[in-house]
Amino acid sequence: MTVGSAVLNILVFPGFLFLVAFGLAGEFVDRKLYARLQNRQGPPWYQPLADFLKLLGKENVIPEDADRPTFRLAPVFALAATVAAIFYIPLGSATSVLPFEGDLIVVLYLLVIPTVAFFLGGWTSRSVFATIGAFRAITQVFAYEIPLFVALLAPALLANTWSISGIAAYYSGHPWLWLVNLLGFGVALVSLLGKLERVPFDTPEAETEIVAGSFTEYSGRRLAFFRLAIDCEAIVGASLVAAVFLPFGFGLPPALGILVYLAKVLLILGILALLRTLFARLRIDQMVHFCWSVVAPIAFLQILINLVVRELI
Amino acid sequence: MPDKKRTVRVPIGPQHPALKEPESFMVDLQGEKISSVALRLGYNHRGIEKGCEERTYMQDLYLVERVCGICSHSHATAFIQAVEEIAGLEIPRRAKYIRTLIAELERVHSHLLWLGVAGHEIGFDTLLMYSWRDRELVMDLFAELTGNRVNYAMNTLGGVRRDIAAEQVPHIQKIVDALEERTKYYIELAMTEETLAQRLSGVGYLSKEDAIRLGAVGPTSRASGADRDTRRDDPYAAYDELDFKVITDDHCDVFGRTVVRLGELMQSYSMIRQILKQMPEGPIAVKAPLKIPAGEAVSRYEAPRGEDVHYVRANGTDRPERVKVRAPTLANTQSVAKMLEDGYLADLPIVVAAIDPCFSCTDRTIAVQGNGDSKTMGWEELVRYGVRWYRDRGVDPSRIKVRGDGLA
Repeated sequence: MTVGSAVLNILVFPGFLFLVAFGLAGEFVDRKLYARLQNRQGPPWYQPLADFLKLLGKENVIPEDADRPTFRLAPVFALAATVAAIFYIPLGSATSVLPFEGDLIVVLYLLVIPTVAFFLGGWTSRSVFATIGAFRAITQVFAYEIPLFVALLAPALLANTWSISGIAAYYSGHPWLWLVNLLGFGVALVSLLGKLERVPFDTPEAETEIVAGSFTEYSGRRLAFFRLAIDCEAIVGASLVAAVFLPFGFGLPPALGILVYLAKVLLILGILALLRTLFARLRIDQMVHFCWSVVAPIAFLQILINLVVRELI
Repeated sequence: MPDKKRTVRVPIGPQHPALKEPESFMVDLQGEKISSVALRLGYNHRGIEKGCEERTYMQDLYLVERVCGICSHSHATAFIQAVEEIAGLEIPRRAKYIRTLIAELERVHSHLLWLGVAGHEIGFDTLLMYSWRDRELVMDLFAELTGNRVNYAMNTLGGVRRDIAAEQVPHIQKIVDALEERTKYYIELAMTEETLAQRLSGVGYLSKEDAIRLGAVGPTSRASGADRDTRRDDPYAAYDELDFKVITDDHCDVFGRTVVRLGELMQSYSMIRQILKQMPEGPIAVKAPLKIPAGEAVSRYEAPRGEDVHYVRANGTDRPERVKVRAPTLANTQSVAKMLEDGYLADLPIVVAAIDPCFSCTDRTIAVQGNGDSKTMGWEELVRYGVRWYRDRGVDPSRIKVRGDGLA
């Protein structure tokens, strides 16, 4: 890989520019769908961008008691980790930009960093609402992260590889085997709702209880970057789930492959928007209970199924 | 006594996204559990009672209507009933029916509004959007019948201001039919939707004994099994000629309060149909005197939020000597602290919302007289007191400019 193509990869595709553009577009799709499902008009297509630009120009306030370096760096870490994760996920073709054996673990690790950044940002801002939000965020991590790990482990077991690109290639070679992983797909979607802190798992930023949770004290540029990080996280998370559970179109020509990829991610975003229309917010204890008593067992069941299937073929 | 180091004090209010009006709940938390709540009202005192004493009865009617933006007809009717009782006015039967019609339509719009707010408080915004869209039907009907979407100004001394024309009746019926259909859908939703049940069942428990002891009124008390409803117990307007059931429930929690309100919606539709069928012909108002003879009266009225009480004392002039308003929220606030005991922070918004609070309508000032402690503060003294109060807390307001003059 030359320096030129590396810079292009990092800054343009599939790196920063592509991810930000797709992230903002994804936010629009989510908000518009959510609004239409609720019988509302919804925002125009440029609203997420307008919100972002407006926030960039707003005043930056840092609470007096806050730990300034952490408070400042948290949004940057969140965004950087999400952007870094996209390089290991295959998008239009079966290989990602930097595939290696074990990149599945790296991506999962990178995708936890935004939540840790939310926690640190909220915790160091010393506001009581932000602190409660931060602790709820970190409590929630333990509830959804393990089902997500297990759900992604199952297809990897079947494909006998720890690389996302490898998994994608394996399922492209065995077109019907993705049906085996449907339970895991469901678990991954539910976990994604938790990761993105959306209804019914939006307790960490429950507006009517703790104002904006971790983000209560954030304003201006830093809030803009946090929100951008969440938008990008939605895309990266959806891409990961799409690559592992919906292995279609990897063999197509690049342009067509990208179109299929976009369609898959939008489908997942659509399902997430539908889910958040349907439910009320769960309490944090109910959320943890639900994840451990319903979602986690299903994820383990998926592992069991895949082990049996592996023996059969 | 909870360990002081382990409790976190969370100020919910006076400014907080869960609250639509300023009031304060100082919540002490242990983890996610509430260990104690200190409730404080009085952030939005508007001096309406005092204002009433300086205006004529006719002007007061419009002022009292603005006690509450949602149950405006309730306050106006409660007030006007007291005045009419003192003056010995018997209003025409048709006027009584029209007052009742507006009252029930108001209950419909208030309960639909509540349903949306409740949905929002538990993060179910879809319910908010749906129920408020349906509420638009009633609001538009109000505009058609009275000229206003809120603050309908339907009452006047001795009757009502506007008649309901015969050609408006089919339209009202059509809207009631549409709303009944929607309400049935919401009842089904409340009974079957899993996350809704999880967030509402068992939350904000208030036993029947506590409901009675703490003086809860309206749907809050009826959901705890306390069978009280002013419309049946002390009928006013045309309620004694209408056939309706008082909805009660034994759940004693937020779910019960939802069930009661939804049931009351169905009762209201049936009452509106009866009113339209039975409404007698005749005049809509009698001539009323400007000066009301000396006397006093208490008027009770079942507002959507519970029993609303107005007291009026007349002294023979065209202005009342004293007007006292007891909004239903005041009666229900006592029970909120009880409901929050051992609850979760996450349940606080819905528990508070479940009494359908209207805090700004409730705010009154009280000066305790007779024990020698009461004193009068002039403007200058009040300013000095305020400056001192802030300085003690480390804020120096002396540099704040008010219209060019420093305060200190």
